[in-house]
Amino acid sequence: MNGDAVRAIARRDLTAVARDKGVLAPMLIVPLVFVVVFPALAFGISQVSVDLGDFARILELVPRPVLDALPADPSVRLALVFASYVVPPLMLVVPLVVAQVIATDAVAGERERGTIEGLLLAPVTDTEVLLGKLLGAWVPALVVGLASSLAYGAALDVLFWSTLHHLLLPTGSWLLMVLWFGPAFSAAALGLTVLVSAQARSVQAASQVAGVAVLPVILVTVGQLTGLLLLTGWVVLLAGLALWCLAGWLTVLGARALRRENQVA
Amino acid sequence: MTGAVTAVTPREQVARPAPAIELTGVTRQFGDTTALDDVTFRAEPGQVVGLLGHNGAGKTTVTRLVAGLVAPTRGQVRLLGHDPTTDGVWVRRRLGVLPSSQLVDLRMTARENLVFAARLFGLPAAAVAPRVAAVLEELGLADRADDRAGTFSAGMRQRLALARVLLPEPPVLLLDEPSSALDPVAARELRDLVRTASRSQGRTVVLCTHDLAEAAELCDEVVILASGRVVASGPPAELAARLDVTAVVDLGCDPADETAAAAVLRRRGTPGERTGAGEFQVPGVDRAGVPGLLSDLLRDGVRVQAVAPRHHTLADLYFSLHTTRDGGAA
Repeated sequence: MNGDAVRAIARRDLTAVARDKGVLAPMLIVPLVFVVVFPALAFGISQVSVDLGDFARILELVPRPVLDALPADPSVRLALVFASYVVPPLMLVVPLVVAQVIATDAVAGERERGTIEGLLLAPVTDTEVLLGKLLGAWVPALVVGLASSLAYGAALDVLFWSTLHHLLLPTGSWLLMVLWFGPAFSAAALGLTVLVSAQARSVQAASQVAGVAVLPVILVTVGQLTGLLLLTGWVVLLAGLALWCLAGWLTVLGARALRRENQVA
Repeated sequence: MTGAVTAVTPREQVARPAPAIELTGVTRQFGDTTALDDVTFRAEPGQVVGLLGHNGAGKTTVTRLVAGLVAPTRGQVRLLGHDPTTDGVWVRRRLGVLPSSQLVDLRMTARENLVFAARLFGLPAAAVAPRVAAVLEELGLADRADDRAGTFSAGMRQRLALARVLLPEPPVLLLDEPSSALDPVAARELRDLVRTASRSQGRTVVLCTHDLAEAAELCDEVVILASGRVVASGPPAELAARLDVTAVVDLGCDPADETAAAAVLRRRGTPGERTGAGEFQVPGVDRAGVPGLLSDLLRDGVRVQAVAPRHHTLADLYFSLHTTRDGGAA
């Protein structure tokens, strides 16, 4: 295994993405929304005396033990449900976007620009090319995803300290979500993106197809909110394990699609 | 994990008895399309071999087969005796390919592109910076080394791509249309570079080109492909001499004697074609026939000013072959 070549491919992909404002923008905007806008929104909700109206029905969907653990003030309760149960699963979008943007550009983009042949003409194996592409997308996805989650948790704790007098995050299930489920989800999304990008004719086509990876995020969020799929520790552990398996399977398929013969034939 | 580094010099291939590149009975199909059909040719170490053919003739497929990007459907491909399909990394470490597609990343600087290539080819870390600087200097890009390739002209991009190919000093070069984007001066420099690579450095060069004059000037051997088949191969001069077309002499005489000259040509049964005042193209006369023609003209008092038997060129052969195959259209 030529580790230098793998690292060189990953570094080159990252450098190229960092220089392309059109590609870089979504990777910066999405985390900013989660880290700045959502905590501010949650805090705003807690500070406004609202007539819950239809929102009361949403709170009724939240499992009783969860609600009982929250302060009685309806505004604060709504804000904390939003901040602790709705947003965390949605935050999976952050590593997802980063992984997809980089991987789509690195595989479909490289073929669209015609530079893939130059890479395939180098003395590296198909596996090394694949690993370079995966490394270049997955590591930034993990770093940005983890940093966003930590920043989000810190922002909430600062904003709600005067109300709760204890830390809102981290909780055990939140940590499992961030450190186990999130990386597994990114890996699976990355495997799907490489598989799709290796066969798509353009970045646009690859982005559209790989975009289906956002659907599970929505399903998990709705499930969490409605109590149909409460992300308890065991659920997160098992779902993460299933995602790691899915990621492995998708990566094997992606490796086949990324073979030299398939890329130039 | 560390990159395996193997120093490869042109001497290594000279020491090997195996041809630099050898294709034996190679057929490659893509679905129902036959891109190459029973192609056989070889390039010996140190030779410059031209691969000529229309677009779609199969030149790019040959490049990809030799580099191990695709495998032959039938037949055998070897580079320095190694099979690119099973020994791809070994082969690509010794092969510099300038593809017809974009080789350099336009979002990165010239230097970054070359450093990236150096790492892929496993150059030792300490050797990367000096080697990159040397190649940039050699290709006349030192002044623009830290500018993004996207700001370069087409010719400069092609030179950067060439710099990337030459960087690891491969013993075998495969250049696909290398002078296509170059101005005349840069194209001449490229020809010098190819000559140096072959004559002084002992590298083998396979040149895929449409430029027949370039092929005739540079190549020791040419292989002409048409619809995936080899239709002619050999040294350019030999191939041209083999050309089965009617010999032609360009004749020039005093314009005042034009009528007399035309009468002589008619009498000889080769009226020819008038190409200007006192100028004719006379078919059916080769070098051996020139004295007879001159004698007849002088006997009738024609003041002959020039007689020039035409030399057949590689271009004549190429167009002749393609005219035959395409049913008249070259």
